[in-house]
Amino acid sequence: MTAIEAKRRAEAPLLRRLLRLAAVPAVAVLGALIVGAIIISLSSMASGPLDLMLPLQAYGNMFEGAFGSVRGILFTIASATPLILGGMAVGLAFKAGLFNIGAQGQFLMGGIGSAAVGAWMAGAPAIAAIPIAILSGALLGAAWGFIPGALKAWTGAHEVVTTIMLNTIAGAIIGYLVTGPLEAPGFGFSRTGVLGNSELPAFEGTTIHLGVLIAFALVPVVWWLLWRSTLGFEIRTVGANPDAARYAGMHPALITILTMSLCGLLAGLAGAGQILGISHFMTPSYGTSIGFDSISIALLGRANPFGIMAAALVFGAMRAGSGLMQIEAGIPVEIIDVIQALILLFLATDVVIRRLLRIRAESAEPDELQTVTKSYGSGSPT
Amino acid sequence: MDVLYGIPILGIIFQFLGYVIEVTPGIAPIVLGLSAPIALGAMCGIMNERSGIVNIGIEGMMLSGAFAGFLIAGLVHQAMGPVEGFGVFGITPALLAGVLAAIVVAMLLSALHAWLSITIATDQIISGVIINVAAIGLTGYLNRVLITPNPRLGAGTFSTFRIPQEVADFPVVGWIVEMFVEQGPIAMSVVILVIVLQVLLFRSRWGLRTRAVGEHPRAADTVGVNVIRLRYRNVIIAGIFAGLAGAYLTLEGTSSFQNQMTANRGYIALAAVIFGRWTPIGAFGAALLFAYSGAFGQAVRIRPPGVEYADLGPIMAAIPSQVYGALPYIVTIVILAGVVGRSIAPAAVGRPYVKESHA
Repeated sequence: MTAIEAKRRAEAPLLRRLLRLAAVPAVAVLGALIVGAIIISLSSMASGPLDLMLPLQAYGNMFEGAFGSVRGILFTIASATPLILGGMAVGLAFKAGLFNIGAQGQFLMGGIGSAAVGAWMAGAPAIAAIPIAILSGALLGAAWGFIPGALKAWTGAHEVVTTIMLNTIAGAIIGYLVTGPLEAPGFGFSRTGVLGNSELPAFEGTTIHLGVLIAFALVPVVWWLLWRSTLGFEIRTVGANPDAARYAGMHPALITILTMSLCGLLAGLAGAGQILGISHFMTPSYGTSIGFDSISIALLGRANPFGIMAAALVFGAMRAGSGLMQIEAGIPVEIIDVIQALILLFLATDVVIRRLLRIRAESAEPDELQTVTKSYGSGSPT
Repeated sequence: MDVLYGIPILGIIFQFLGYVIEVTPGIAPIVLGLSAPIALGAMCGIMNERSGIVNIGIEGMMLSGAFAGFLIAGLVHQAMGPVEGFGVFGITPALLAGVLAAIVVAMLLSALHAWLSITIATDQIISGVIINVAAIGLTGYLNRVLITPNPRLGAGTFSTFRIPQEVADFPVVGWIVEMFVEQGPIAMSVVILVIVLQVLLFRSRWGLRTRAVGEHPRAADTVGVNVIRLRYRNVIIAGIFAGLAGAYLTLEGTSSFQNQMTANRGYIALAAVIFGRWTPIGAFGAALLFAYSGAFGQAVRIRPPGVEYADLGPIMAAIPSQVYGALPYIVTIVILAGVVGRSIAPAAVGRPYVKESHA
């Protein structure tokens, strides 16, 4: 991008700039829904004649489930909450030229941290129990992000491999803790103890708990951190060009460690919110698809906190509405994963899409990804 | 040796070795079976990374292969009715069709990976993520649509080759023969495939070119190697290994399909590639070690060290079984960090190759 082009782009009216930014993600979502509709139609042949109206019914049910009632809308927002935090955990890493595949592990560690401390503080006054339980989850998540950051900075071990490994290690740790030291007696199955006062308060009869407010409040905070603070400037510089950053007197190693820890903090916070606000206990094999969901959302939201929030709401709506779709239209919820993969596929092939549609839009891939893959084979400390 | 048991630490080490020797014959054939999908996945990873392509989609390719293999084998079996198995492996047309389907599906996904990472020059890690997410979604979806309403679907499994009891009872040699030979066809072929790939990669013209393309594509291009074509070919052929790994899971190891049944084996394969320093034999060794670690953990739980291992018993009892399962991942991180011997990836891995223009 030349300087003149950048200037012209910055001066363009906000709405047009937004449109240009959102064009590729919007086309990707639309394209994925269309291909998803074809798959739904074709699969109707497994149990009868080809039903071309089935996708419309399925999507209709999904929309109704997500937005058809106040309850549905609130459920959509609650479903989007961990995705916002997870998406920012991946998006922030993108900005520093890091690929955080470890949101899953960081989420789980955050969850177990808050489940353990929350149960331990169950009898304490809520005003003390809640912040301490949330904080311990967030800090454990940060620790789980610190490890790959430090390994990358000091030894050159690439974060893509180490975070994948740490995801499974986190799973094993939770399996051990929940069936061992942290198992609460008196239940028919292995789980952590009752949270008592550590449970996050929720609006009467809804799933909107304190964690939801925290997640949405963090969106502008992370945006400010990235685009208005010195640290954010350093993160973006390291992501764009680590050598230039070093030449300018920054410390890429330190920034790498700090960014990965912050990412872990965000993902850990997502885990803490889910445990303290929604499920209220941890099980030995806590199932979550937050890892891949977060990557999809960070990419769809162009690694921008507000974009991530919008993408998370789209995914949250699909997850919230999929239940009704499965009941009413008989379409398995797994179609959401298929649509998610299709969205990613359309984003990845955006070069092709832009050429086909002749749209003047910006590339969907964060520029910093160049830094991510370049470092894969080098194996040298930052 | 029992005398040595009295010395602290050294005694515990000897007790440990004694216990290992005691439980190993029992779990050896199981270990090779457990390592088969990991080793095959690792071969897929090696062929990719040696050509300069990162592939974290092995897990998804394996899962899709497992599903397609199970589905097609089941459908052919239903169409043909029961057929007498042929030969020592009990090969039926249904099972063969299943293996073929698994390979074809994995190769198709590999072709997608190749197109995305070579032609479109998408980030290769994202391409792998796409394949994994798509595999989880599509197999889960189709499992619900096609297999759940048809619960009797299934074509059984390949039979295991049986060696005579006298051979198996022969100390040490018997155990090793039993381990490698008392297997189904896919697990048995792993050893051969590993050796063939090792020789080809380091002793053939194709291997030299592949390694050149992975280390320094520009240099390879200069001497007339078609980088793009070679990368395409290698990535797609590598899909065969992932497909075989999937077929092993549903047509040899078990006779059913479950959602996400690969259970991270694709990622362990990735770890085996690094642990084995991007060589087929090394990765196979790593896969065996990883599988052994898991099986040993189970053995400890089922048959803990008896009274003769007085010092070892309490130590083993104190180690949670999850440790053995997580060991491969921990060791991989340690290796990657260069704490014990550095493992360095092919230099050009992850970078799309753009031919220099003449302008």
